[in-house]
Amino acid sequence: MPFLRDTATIFSREFAPVWRDPLSLVFTMAQPLLFLYLFGPLLEQGTATPGPAWQWFVPGILIMMCLSGPLMAGYFLLLDLIGGSMERLLVTPVSRTALLVGRTLKEFVVLLAQSVLIIGLAVPLGLDLHVPGMLTGLTLLVVFGVGLGGLSFVLAIVSAPGGELFYGITQVVMFPLLLLSGVLLPVENGPGWLQTAAALNPVTYVVEAERALFAGRFLDAPVVGGVAAAVVTALLGLHLARRRMARGL
Amino acid sequence: MIHARGLTKTYTLKKTSVDAVRGVDLDVEPGQLVAFLGPNGAGKSTCLRMLTGLLPPTSGTARVAGHDVTTEAAAVRARIGYIGQKGGAGEAFRIGDELVTQGRCYGQTRREARSRAEELLTVVGLDGLFARKPSTLSGGQRRRLDIALGLMNRPPLLFLDEPSTGLDPASRADIWSHILRLRADHGTTLFLTTHYLEEADTMAERVVVIDQGRIIADGTARGLKADLAGDRLTVTLHDPADVPRAAELAAGLPGAAEIAADGPRLTLRVAAADRALPELLRALDTAGLKAEAAESSRPTLDDVFLALTGRTIRDEDA
Repeated sequence: MPFLRDTATIFSREFAPVWRDPLSLVFTMAQPLLFLYLFGPLLEQGTATPGPAWQWFVPGILIMMCLSGPLMAGYFLLLDLIGGSMERLLVTPVSRTALLVGRTLKEFVVLLAQSVLIIGLAVPLGLDLHVPGMLTGLTLLVVFGVGLGGLSFVLAIVSAPGGELFYGITQVVMFPLLLLSGVLLPVENGPGWLQTAAALNPVTYVVEAERALFAGRFLDAPVVGGVAAAVVTALLGLHLARRRMARGL
Repeated sequence: MIHARGLTKTYTLKKTSVDAVRGVDLDVEPGQLVAFLGPNGAGKSTCLRMLTGLLPPTSGTARVAGHDVTTEAAAVRARIGYIGQKGGAGEAFRIGDELVTQGRCYGQTRREARSRAEELLTVVGLDGLFARKPSTLSGGQRRRLDIALGLMNRPPLLFLDEPSTGLDPASRADIWSHILRLRADHGTTLFLTTHYLEEADTMAERVVVIDQGRIIADGTARGLKADLAGDRLTVTLHDPADVPRAAELAAGLPGAAEIAADGPRLTLRVAAADRALPELLRALDTAGLKAEAAESSRPTLDDVFLALTGRTIRDEDA
């Protein structure tokens, strides 16, 4: 099937630099690693978090990676759009959808590898492993990441060839989304307006769901909210990306 | 190889519509080398992007390599190569990997793509650089890599958008030797845009001039120059007072036009300077007018463009 073959072609193109230099995986996750080692211990000492600190914090780090990784996917696409390589690929009969799906798949694999690495590093620090919950949590993470990747592709395409819009929006959006999702500290301790803002942030629901799943609680209310938020994000991202691709680049 | 009828493209930029291409008809036969010439913003690249299926036309049709660009895009894509203005290889990738990716996008197996990549790297003089990244290549080498990328599918028709822009003269000559060899060895049809007039003049057998979205001239460089610009003569007279009398004599020359005086200098356009100059000098001599200097110049394609539009291509580049 040409679509699968083309997806494999684009995936292997995108993945080759990672494959040839696996250390780059670690460098691109420098920020989550710093949070794990330099911020996590602070939570462990205090009483800020509900329940065991690592159980609470590690899912948050994964979300942090999930926000930055797919955003980078848009950034790489933007580079290809600004240079001539996207145009060069578009002149070939390669499937247009495969051009985005192949890239998304690469972010997928990278995100999974980095998540497994973070979890592996967190276990000696005191993270309890609930394997089925954790695997479900990783799946949820990937679904959410695909949606964010799609949104980031659309943003990259509409920002080309200048790119200012892409840099501007990612800078402005990234940190508020992160801080308002309760990744670093519980939002429950914050003022009312901040809690309201957090309740409007889809990332909050995914974080809460990840925390429940990592604790092995499948049937918690937050899991439903998180799955809904991730699925809606994924559908929206894929829909917008497909629609934008159909209009031609 | 290319048959376009009534091709137009209208962009909407900030709520005003811009007619980038307004009704282009074009036929290119197999094996031709056609230079598409025009100032920046004339619609060259837009035309090229429509003919390669990168951009849907607003109206009109184009058959390229035997298939319709809108309804049979995949068939067109399989049969053409395109070398864009910007470098085709991604910076993060090894150049050999990019070539293999390109081949696989055309449905080649990894093994086929790999051997074609090695072959092309040798053809363009980049052998042994398979594992290098584009950033380590010189400008000329990058352009040769772009050519290799455009040839992975052995296209019978190759589009080149400003292939030699921004290169030093030696690299430009080198790129041209590759382009011309393609044609000699494989009979590839070549369709390229350029704003280097000398290149269009010396390399292409057919020059298509586009301005403001319309084709305004089409022919051989020699034919266009003879028909539209003509040769120029400049004669400097010893006594400026003789100039009006000399102008009268010059008016009798075959094809004489645009006679102008500038101090002691008289300039005019004639059909064939090599015959007209001796004739003019003889006539001046017979009339007892003393010419101090005389020169003739062949027209350039810029003169052709000037004759057609009243503007020069170079003005708009600046």
